[in-house]
Amino acid sequence: MSNSKVIQVEALTKMFGDFTAVNAITFDVEKGEIFGFLGANGAGKTTAMKMLIGISIPTSGAAKVAGFDVFTNAEDIKKNIGYMSQKFALYDDLTVRENITFFGGIYGLSRKRIKEKSNALIEELGLEEVANKLVGALPLGWKQKLSFSVALIHDPKIVFLDEPTGGVDPITRRQFWEMIYKAANQGTTVFVTTHYMDEAEYCDRVSIMVDGKIEALDTPKNLKAQFNAANMNDVFLKLARG
Amino acid sequence: MNRFIGFVKKEFYHIFRDKRSLFILFGMPIAQILLFGFAITNEINNVDVAILDHSKDATTEEIINKIAASKYFNINQIIEKESDIETVFKKGKVKAVLNFEKDFSKNLIKDHKATIQIITDATDPNTANTISNFVNAILQKYQKQLNEKITITYQIVPESRMVYNPELKSVYMFVPGVMTIILMLVSAMMTSISITREKELGTMEILLVSPLKPIQVIVGKVFPYIFLSIINAIIIVVLSVFIFKMPVQGSLFLLAMVSILFIISALALGILISTISATQQTAMMISLMGLMLPVILLSGFIFPISSMPIPLQIISNIIPAKWFIIIIKGIMLKGVGIQFIWKETLILLGMTLFFMALSVKKYKIRLE
Repeated sequence: MSNSKVIQVEALTKMFGDFTAVNAITFDVEKGEIFGFLGANGAGKTTAMKMLIGISIPTSGAAKVAGFDVFTNAEDIKKNIGYMSQKFALYDDLTVRENITFFGGIYGLSRKRIKEKSNALIEELGLEEVANKLVGALPLGWKQKLSFSVALIHDPKIVFLDEPTGGVDPITRRQFWEMIYKAANQGTTVFVTTHYMDEAEYCDRVSIMVDGKIEALDTPKNLKAQFNAANMNDVFLKLARG
Repeated sequence: MNRFIGFVKKEFYHIFRDKRSLFILFGMPIAQILLFGFAITNEINNVDVAILDHSKDATTEEIINKIAASKYFNINQIIEKESDIETVFKKGKVKAVLNFEKDFSKNLIKDHKATIQIITDATDPNTANTISNFVNAILQKYQKQLNEKITITYQIVPESRMVYNPELKSVYMFVPGVMTIILMLVSAMMTSISITREKELGTMEILLVSPLKPIQVIVGKVFPYIFLSIINAIIIVVLSVFIFKMPVQGSLFLLAMVSILFIISALALGILISTISATQQTAMMISLMGLMLPVILLSGFIFPISSMPIPLQIISNIIPAKWFIIIIKGIMLKGVGIQFIWKETLILLGMTLFFMALSVKKYKIRLE
């Protein structure tokens, strides 16, 4: 196993009673890669992701995230990953600065480090004017960008993004993807689930889940060639309709 | 430790920035204690009575004067005939009519026996009962005065004495009850709502993915409410001592310790509720219906447990509030030490441990 693989998944399976939500999926993710994790609703994306971020124990198989085993070292995994959910979960009744301080705090950053990080982050996002305003008053796009930055506050090896662009306008989505590229360029691995097929084109590699299995996994270019499709949307439809 | 302080700080931001919860937290105990203390009362004071005196002699006059002189009664009117009794009651002017028979003094001297009828308006049975008892007491006293010079052999004179609350002040009964309700409400409802809110907002997921351990999250969530509940308990005790002259006979330290024990049991219940409810509304409904009603109805706060049907008496045993009320009544009114209430305290402790174990277990299952 090479060091450059930050996620290694082998025949990972999750069963809920008789129902197999995730059926023996196998894949690797390289360091610094933007890995798209696609699938229709109910295909098992979220369940698979929950196993990788250490909040759901797999039924069988093996997986290592950031070098730690999901069965035995879930706590170490948590220290090395960032996570952003589709709800951009920040606290609306806390100010921008308080949110950053809080999340920095629960990841164990020192007070000094938090201060440096907050200032850098606020400047980078251009939030100086609203730094002491409640997050609830910010537009959705700003919340999303802040939420992403907060997920990166402890410089994680991998950041997991669960449908991060739901409900925001195309311009903000574009800006958001620029942030993702920037993080990837700095060596952070990005694991992203999405519904938007145009976003799938931005990923280095894409996997498509259907009914708990990974049915396709390659670069967007190769997938389009393989399925003889003009864009990722067609690839997805061909796969999903079987 | 730094993580924990940061977490608790965040919780306080939530509480102090939400005017509604802040109002529930501090407005509620003050409002309730004042309401129960001032408005709702079982005491009688200046009750209006009417007199129907058929004899109008020295003895009746003396008795009437005694009645009028007591602070409990106020002679509202003198009526002249039997048929007026119903009229005055119907007008609702008086709560009681005292009807002296004809030739009261003469009968008393001749037959050693005279009759006075006490008619009370029993639409409010408690008050009627109390009025009747108070009139009786005045008559007894007068009778004793008359008999002073005569020695009657073999006379049994019942003398009842109300202990621990000689003036039958209802505030003595309400303070322990209100304190129980407030602590239950603040601890259980507020924590269950604040935990489910994180679930609803999706921040709970973020916290679970973070290196914080579930136990740290839970302790961090409930810690501020332990603190606030203690402040509430202090507010209630201070208000009742200084405004209503409620005594605290026993040890304040013991009172504080059992209050903290009860607060923790309520917090554990709150966590338990949060594990079974997905939304804040559900959490609130379960807290209100599942906790508040039993606390008000079955804890012995308002309705005495001993007069409940057997099944309800049995159910009342599983309500922590029942034991807490017994304990704090003991400490505040009777001034008892731990040697008299260790059994109840042990039961409360057992319940607290049980709820805590259950909620930790439930919480873990949910993480799965």
